Amino acid sequence: MATIRRLLDAVLGPLTGLIMLMAIYMVFMYVPTDKFQGIVQRIFYFHVPAAIITFVAFGLVAIASAMFLWQGTRFWDRLAHSAAECGMLFCTIVLITGPIWARPIWGTWWTWDARLTTTLILWLIYAAYLMLREFAASGDQAARYAAVLGIVGAVDIPIINRSVYWWRTIHPAVLVTREGGSGLTDPAMRATLLVSFIAFALLLGWLIWIRNESARLQDEVDHLHQRLLSEHY
Amino acid sequence: MTNLSFLFAAYAAIWVLLFLYIANIARRNRALQREIDELRELVNRQGTAPTLRQETQR
Repeated sequence: MATIRRLLDAVLGPLTGLIMLMAIYMVFMYVPTDKFQGIVQRIFYFHVPAAIITFVAFGLVAIASAMFLWQGTRFWDRLAHSAAECGMLFCTIVLITGPIWARPIWGTWWTWDARLTTTLILWLIYAAYLMLREFAASGDQAARYAAVLGIVGAVDIPIINRSVYWWRTIHPAVLVTREGGSGLTDPAMRATLLVSFIAFALLLGWLIWIRNESARLQDEVDHLHQRLLSEHY
Repeated sequence: MTNLSFLFAAYAAIWVLLFLYIANIARRNRALQREIDELRELVNRQGTAPTLRQETQR
């Protein structure tokens, strides 16, 4: 276990940095400019992977929370908390880059479109999750409440995914298609999207890894405090 | 604002957010590691010193 930890510590960060540099190079130097939207369409290559990684992170929160409720071990609770914090970071990136892209294309920063609104709801749910973790008294009960919220919040993920089909929206639904001419048709665009997605997936893995380490260190601090108190009295 | 400005704003926002978050975790981990080292030293020192209970039982 210690060997795997050392290996991940040494490899994950530099590998993420390398793939991210490759993604940046492809976004700004390699991929052709979109004929209709122009240069601003390049926001797409980080906006979309950030959105997918948000779903992965919050999905992980739900799975880890369910495992915590089942097994009651700190490992799953720590993982859920770390994934929620990282998911919030990516969701914030989506909610910031989306309006910046929308302004020149849709002519407005924000519209109460189904996908935008459900994404904002997802952000608010996990903001509540993090506030619960921050302000509730520490202990098993707070962790259990947070775990339930972490599972319930993930229900919004499939709603966001299907929102463009269930309601009339202006948010595009199709990313890659071979028919109809919508979506990414250029192979260079698809390759750039794929590399950006890999870069964001690695970034999520690395961020959860270092955030989880932080939670583990906090547990050790709490344990040492308790030990000191019990030895003193 | 030109399209280039929107592109710049979007990527700048991404990098600022990521940098702040990573810097925050790194700072937190360093502080926790320092606290652990100090607490371990205290535990070791207390291991050799009598506890309050031992002192009151004397």
